[in-house]
Amino acid sequence: MAHIPDGVLSAPVLVAGAALSLVGCAYGLQQLAAERIPQVALLSAVLFVAALVHFPVGPSSVHLMLNGLAGVLLGWAAFPAILVALLLQAVLFGFGGLVVLGVNAMNMALPAVLCRALFVALFRSGNRRRTIIAAGLAGGIGVMLTALLVALALALSGQEFVAAAKLIIFTHIPVAVIESIFSAAVIDLLLRVKPEFLNFTGMKEEYP
Amino acid sequence: MNTSASSSAMHSLAKVSHPHASVTIYLPLKKGDREGFRASEPLLKTVDARLRLAACGLFALIVVGLTQIPALLTALALAGCAVLAARPELAPTLRCLAALDGFMLFILFFLPFTVPGEMVFSLNGTTASYEGVLQAVEILLKANAVVLMILALLGSLGSVELGHAMARLRLPVKFVQLFLFTVRYIEVLDREYRRLRTAMKARGFRLRCDLHTWRSVGYLFGMLLVRGIERAERILAAMRCRGFQGHFYPMTEAKPVDRRDYAFAGLSVAAACALIVLEYLHS
Repeated sequence: MAHIPDGVLSAPVLVAGAALSLVGCAYGLQQLAAERIPQVALLSAVLFVAALVHFPVGPSSVHLMLNGLAGVLLGWAAFPAILVALLLQAVLFGFGGLVVLGVNAMNMALPAVLCRALFVALFRSGNRRRTIIAAGLAGGIGVMLTALLVALALALSGQEFVAAAKLIIFTHIPVAVIESIFSAAVIDLLLRVKPEFLNFTGMKEEYP
Repeated sequence: MNTSASSSAMHSLAKVSHPHASVTIYLPLKKGDREGFRASEPLLKTVDARLRLAACGLFALIVVGLTQIPALLTALALAGCAVLAARPELAPTLRCLAALDGFMLFILFFLPFTVPGEMVFSLNGTTASYEGVLQAVEILLKANAVVLMILALLGSLGSVELGHAMARLRLPVKFVQLFLFTVRYIEVLDREYRRLRTAMKARGFRLRCDLHTWRSVGYLFGMLLVRGIERAERILAAMRCRGFQGHFYPMTEAKPVDRRDYAFAGLSVAAACALIVLEYLHS
């Protein structure tokens, strides 16, 4: 539901979203060493596939957004990675649009980067429980922040969208619950099988 | 002896001819790449990928700015014509539109009731305005026109060609590499995901709405991540071994711009002008 289609948002919102996304992507690409590209691509491909899984909820089903987890795993590289994923989803499935690509990327990538900062701040190497809780928080907060930004983009585009914007925030609550448990499980497994990948102890200075 | 078997296997393969050699290479079709598009050459397929990308961007920019219903209907008709020229299979295209319109209905449902104006009908005491309905129709037309154009011009392109087109349009090298690598690994990992899901299914796992489901699928993707990280290490080692210095060279040569490309460019500009003129005529 994080894909706003073309034609809904007003011009100032579109321009602001595109500008912020451009800056974020430029910084993300600048930080991304050429040698890390295969790894970032593989991790974002895993998240792309995971976002296609439909979890049944009552009579309907939801799919995950995984921007919180993307932020935790990729850091600032989440910006270009999310833009790539959105571009692919637009071209392959017709989700979203072209002009709104900037707004949609910002709505997902900004929470991702914030979740990374939160996770790194809470992370203590050797304290498994704390790390898993941090991962769960990052997953849930990523979804809710994205829902808030989507609602904000709609509300800023016109007073008439406020009702829909409120409803969008509510519909994301089940997604946030599922995603926080999902993210916690993912990080739990990574901690057990590949703990050296989640070694953030030396990285606190790098990330605000 | 087994000619018939091999020729039927060839049907699922895409034919790729190298521009400088008389050899024909057969590559397996990638999921979501060209599968939905018919084998014979549609009109649009021969147009330069950069031109298609640029035309699609121009169309989206103009359509988002339109406000008059006649201009928007023309835009939708143009997108429909582009779809006909690209000749995708009907079912996947319709499914894409249905997914889009599901989201739209969600937003648009409120518009007639929240936009103030002349009353058309009332529902449970809340009145729907004519202006609100008009705005809802406008948004619906815009979104559908843009998505149809994306599916027609870019959906028929294939992800790898799209990556190469972006490279030739001078987008940042790292971004294009990230795009191409991601396209490649989505396919690999999707296959691995299906394998793991089959293994879980064989042990009686079904997706339900409970903690067990969410955690198990989380472990599944955690495992995929672990394998992904290890795969990335091997890929990097292989790239280093081949002297990777931050650049790849696109294997598809840019074909020289020909008459058909000029015709397409001219047509796109004419269509853009027509839309703008229509907009001003009616406002």
